[in-house]
Amino acid sequence: MKSHNSDQHEKTVTAAETVFAVKVDDLTVAYNYKPVLWDIDLEIPEGVLMAIVGPNGAGKSTLIKSILGILKPIAGSVSIYGKPYKEQRSLVAYVPQKGSVDWDFPTTALDVVMMGTYGSLGWIKRPKQREKKLALEALEKVGMLSFKGRQISQLSGGQQQRIFLARALVQDASIYFMDEPFQGVDASTEIAIINILKALRKAGKTVVVVHHDLQTVPEYFDWVTFLNVKKIATGPVKDIFNDDNLTKTYGINYKVSIQE
Amino acid sequence: MNLQEYFSLVFSDYTLRTITLGTAILGAVTGMLGSFAVLRKQSLLGDAISHAALPGIAIAFLITGAKDSNTLLLGALVSGLIGTFWIRGIVSKTHLKSDTALGLILSVFFGFGMLLLTYIQKQPNANQAGLDKYLFGQAATLVESDVWLMAIVTGVSLCVMLLFWKEFKILLFDKDYAETLGFNTKTIDVLITVFIVLAIVLGLQTVGVVLMSAMLLAPAAAARQWTNSLSTMVVLASVFGAFSGVFGTAISASQNNLSTGPVIVIVAAVFVLISFIFSPSRGLLFRQIRFVKNRRDLELQKTLSFMFHIAETHDDISHPHEIRILNNFQGFTKGSLKTLEEKNYIRLEGSTWSLTDQGFETASNLYNQQHQNNE
Repeated sequence: MKSHNSDQHEKTVTAAETVFAVKVDDLTVAYNYKPVLWDIDLEIPEGVLMAIVGPNGAGKSTLIKSILGILKPIAGSVSIYGKPYKEQRSLVAYVPQKGSVDWDFPTTALDVVMMGTYGSLGWIKRPKQREKKLALEALEKVGMLSFKGRQISQLSGGQQQRIFLARALVQDASIYFMDEPFQGVDASTEIAIINILKALRKAGKTVVVVHHDLQTVPEYFDWVTFLNVKKIATGPVKDIFNDDNLTKTYGINYKVSIQE
Repeated sequence: MNLQEYFSLVFSDYTLRTITLGTAILGAVTGMLGSFAVLRKQSLLGDAISHAALPGIAIAFLITGAKDSNTLLLGALVSGLIGTFWIRGIVSKTHLKSDTALGLILSVFFGFGMLLLTYIQKQPNANQAGLDKYLFGQAATLVESDVWLMAIVTGVSLCVMLLFWKEFKILLFDKDYAETLGFNTKTIDVLITVFIVLAIVLGLQTVGVVLMSAMLLAPAAAARQWTNSLSTMVVLASVFGAFSGVFGTAISASQNNLSTGPVIVIVAAVFVLISFIFSPSRGLLFRQIRFVKNRRDLELQKTLSFMFHIAETHDDISHPHEIRILNNFQGFTKGSLKTLEEKNYIRLEGSTWSLTDQGFETASNLYNQQHQNNE
């Protein structure tokens, strides 16, 4: 909390007065009969690096997937810069959980990153030199250029995560949604990833990250949303990342673990 | 007829040529589309579709009374599609997992199909004989128009695949992500599924309901072993499928007309077996060889680096040491010491060893590498 950057905060507050990068209204999602997200209202200002935290089953991934239209909500709406998500798709990039795909799929690192260009290409058109160049640049940004021809199953977990990140970077979006990008990666990859996220924020992008490690929230992020089926709180880390909200979200007292 | 006669006859004999061409095309198209089924982990879908097609054949016969293969296959197509979309419906609308849905549709449709077949056989209709050939297939009944139909469907599915290659690939690898890029994944999904159903239905006459799924899976599974590229895999699967068709037909024709469908499937299985064992990167044989070799290299390296640690403490790196002092370390054998001597890393004299300059250098590099890797 102490490491928070106050300039950053001022900037985001001004942005909040104009138009929100992401605005979620009354979002309710259920699997079968069980509600997973209940009546979520959420406003994400432009240019923040935001963590979504909450216990397992709190609906963190579901929230991202519903915003991105992968899951169909029972009720509610999502707008990106004031317009429906469907019209603003090209402004949004997604980094799914690493475990959501089969890494034994017969393809190379470069090929996966190239998939990031498919959206702007549209139907049928094939990626050409321009797309390849973009993909190579993205691979370089995540420090994976020398692995471009590598079969993806022969990459380590951290390298696979970087490939996913590079694929999203290729999209050159304004808003990035990432589902647990730090899961199962080693310390050096974690640092590499957070540096990229901070660079994105510096470039004025909005980054939303499902995050598990509460210890690193104040260090990595400037904005946070507490989620447990309902939205508990959302705002600047330095204002709302406190024991009260942690206890409300996780249901147990967090004093010891955070204050150390 | 022996195999030699077969291959000399295949270009001149009408029936033989038709059957061979038919099974080759069939193998190619099922291999191609089977790659997609295998990569989507929908291997059992083919089995369910082929079994689900059976009642369609019976009903088409009951309605038209004709045994024209195109009519019957149209019936098979309809019931195969119904079965497939029921499976999808069950998976998306209920708690049931896809294996349950597949098994359910497979057996219910097949049971219903068999029921209709036995009913038809009781009918006083001379035409009814031979419907059961769809169970295990009968390549000998292929005529030129069947082969043309296969060729057309293969051509169309090839065009569609080339056109939507990028969409197919991203759907197979990461469906959710494809959705966020704005692709209608349902459309792509339906497109792939419809072509898989088409390919299977085309094969029913030749290979039959029961064995058809092997045509879809075997060439693709074999191809996956040899390559890490999707396009190469699809091409290889088509080639394996086509060869299975040709060899299967050749063997069946030359060996007293063994039933063609099963022979084709066996040939395809041989491709799979060979691929599982002999593939350079994924095969069992080379993996075992690499494993043994790596372990031997590591043993040598461990011994060498242990010697390095001892030698390091002396001013003269080639100071001789007793072999005995290696005893508390388990990585060395007489053999490994000998190999080290052959590589000129150490000198052995009686009961002592000493590092050579070359050995010292190799060992220190080894140590540096290990050190770097740990960082």
